[in-house]
Amino acid sequence: MYLTIEGIEKSFSHQEKGQIKVLDNINLEVEKGQFVSIVGPSGCGKSTLLYLIAGLEHADKGEIHIEGKKVTSAGPDRVVVFQDDGLFPWLTVMDNVTYGLLLKKIPKKEAELKAREMLKMMHLGNYIDSYPHQLSGGMKQRVAIARALVMEPEVLLMDEPFAALDEQTRMVLHKELIEIWKKTKVTIFFITHNIREAVLLSEKIIVFATRPGKIKATFTSTRMKDGFTPNDSTLFLEKQILEVLQEEIEKVLKEEMGDDYNFKTDNLHRDSSDNLGSHI
Amino acid sequence: MFPSFLEVMKTLISGIISGQILTAIGASLSRLLIGFTIASVLGLFLGYLIWRYKLVEDTLGFLITALQSIPSIVWFPLAIIWFGMNNMAILFIVTIGATWTITVSATSGFKNVPRLYQNVAKTLGSSGTHFLRTVIFPSSVPQLISGLRIAWAFAWRALMAGELLGAGGGLGQLLEAGRSLGQMDLVISVMIIIGIIGTVMDNFVFLRLESKVQKKWGLS
Ligand SMILES: Nc1ncnc2c1ncn2[C@@H]1O[C@H](COP(=O)(O)OP(=O)(O)OP(=O)(O)O)[C@@H](O)[C@H]1O
Ligand SMILES: [Mg+2]
Repeated sequence: MYLTIEGIEKSFSHQEKGQIKVLDNINLEVEKGQFVSIVGPSGCGKSTLLYLIAGLEHADKGEIHIEGKKVTSAGPDRVVVFQDDGLFPWLTVMDNVTYGLLLKKIPKKEAELKAREMLKMMHLGNYIDSYPHQLSGGMKQRVAIARALVMEPEVLLMDEPFAALDEQTRMVLHKELIEIWKKTKVTIFFITHNIREAVLLSEKIIVFATRPGKIKATFTSTRMKDGFTPNDSTLFLEKQILEVLQEEIEKVLKEEMGDDYNFKTDNLHRDSSDNLGSHI
Repeated sequence: MFPSFLEVMKTLISGIISGQILTAIGASLSRLLIGFTIASVLGLFLGYLIWRYKLVEDTLGFLITALQSIPSIVWFPLAIIWFGMNNMAILFIVTIGATWTITVSATSGFKNVPRLYQNVAKTLGSSGTHFLRTVIFPSSVPQLISGLRIAWAFAWRALMAGELLGAGGGLGQLLEAGRSLGQMDLVISVMIIIGIIGTVMDNFVFLRLESKVQKKWGLS
């Protein structure tokens, strides 16, 4: 197996509540070149798991191995698209995108060529010399995606990369991502709140339970991916995932709203079959 | 007791033409620049140590907070004992006036580098001095500039006080010379120059730099 996650446990200390267990006994196996999506309620530990794979956090228990090598620290073979863009404001778009390439000792000319190509693909060809503060939120996110993709990593970790984008851009980027994935056979971890997105893009969909974060269910879909056409079987899969997720959302609502929750969840059922969980 | 406006203007202009005032400005500013440069290097280095090592933070960090509250002219008697009544003594209090402030702002700048920037850099393969140079330092620039601005004000005041009491042919000494000769027009001329330099540096150099940087760094 290419990537294995074994018995991961992670707690954070919280000022009032003491230790809070965020991840509990996570076990997962991923093949090389697999596209894995993770869905789950807010705060269930999805980002934390991604950080653990990236080597930015350390687990209290358990180990993560990639090609048999234990993950101990961050490295450019596992690049992250963070939930917030995280562009360096003191660098131009070009310099942000070539930052990692130059660290890989790629000659400056070649790095800039690569960056330019990737930025064009992200429809940012006219903003190469701009600074981040001159871009909109969605544009910044696209630069961040470009910065990760040019690295051609072994594993691409994406934390709600398209959440801040408009529908059209999102659809274009779905297609581009699928293209890149097919071409480079990069292994992708993709966190999203949008069930449809997860089903359309990925081969394996993991639904998280919350408090503590656990894997609640795993779904697979093996059809050809084009990233934007739903059909009968994807719609059926969406429904199944939504049902599982619904229980978790209700659990969260129950905790947060107490007695009010019965009344509220009635509305939730109707809403979410249209939005497919994009509100969570 | 006050000279006429015209008289002051005449002294000011002739002082500038004859070079007396210009030489004094040159002497003061070069002294300031040297002291300020030393203070910046020292402050950045101390700030780095405090940020990097817990032990240094607990010891030196605490000491510097205390030292920061001492007006730098208070160091002058000590400086005279160490260096004599000369240029070095003035340079010393100028430097010490700026160092603590720069240290404190560098420390807090380094400490407040957003986790996200650090994570981005690490996952892209940055570490060691590359990480310091390309993330920690540039990310702290807005706070460093604010610190430099305050430090500059301290250094400027220390310089004037030191020159007034000491020697070295700067603006402060010219002021003292004017007083001993009873030349009020010269005293006021020099005061005007001091005011102008202070304003220009604060408003046109530091404030402008500060707002430019804050905008670019997305802080305002
Ligand atoms: N560095 C940290 N220190 C303390 N608590 C943390 C830290 N990082 C995360 N947490 C806590 O861990 C839990 C899970 O956080 P995480 O960011 O992984 O959630 P998430 O599933 O990504 O949520 P979202 O969908 O809203 O992004 C949260 O309750 C959060 O408060
Ligand atoms: Mg998250």
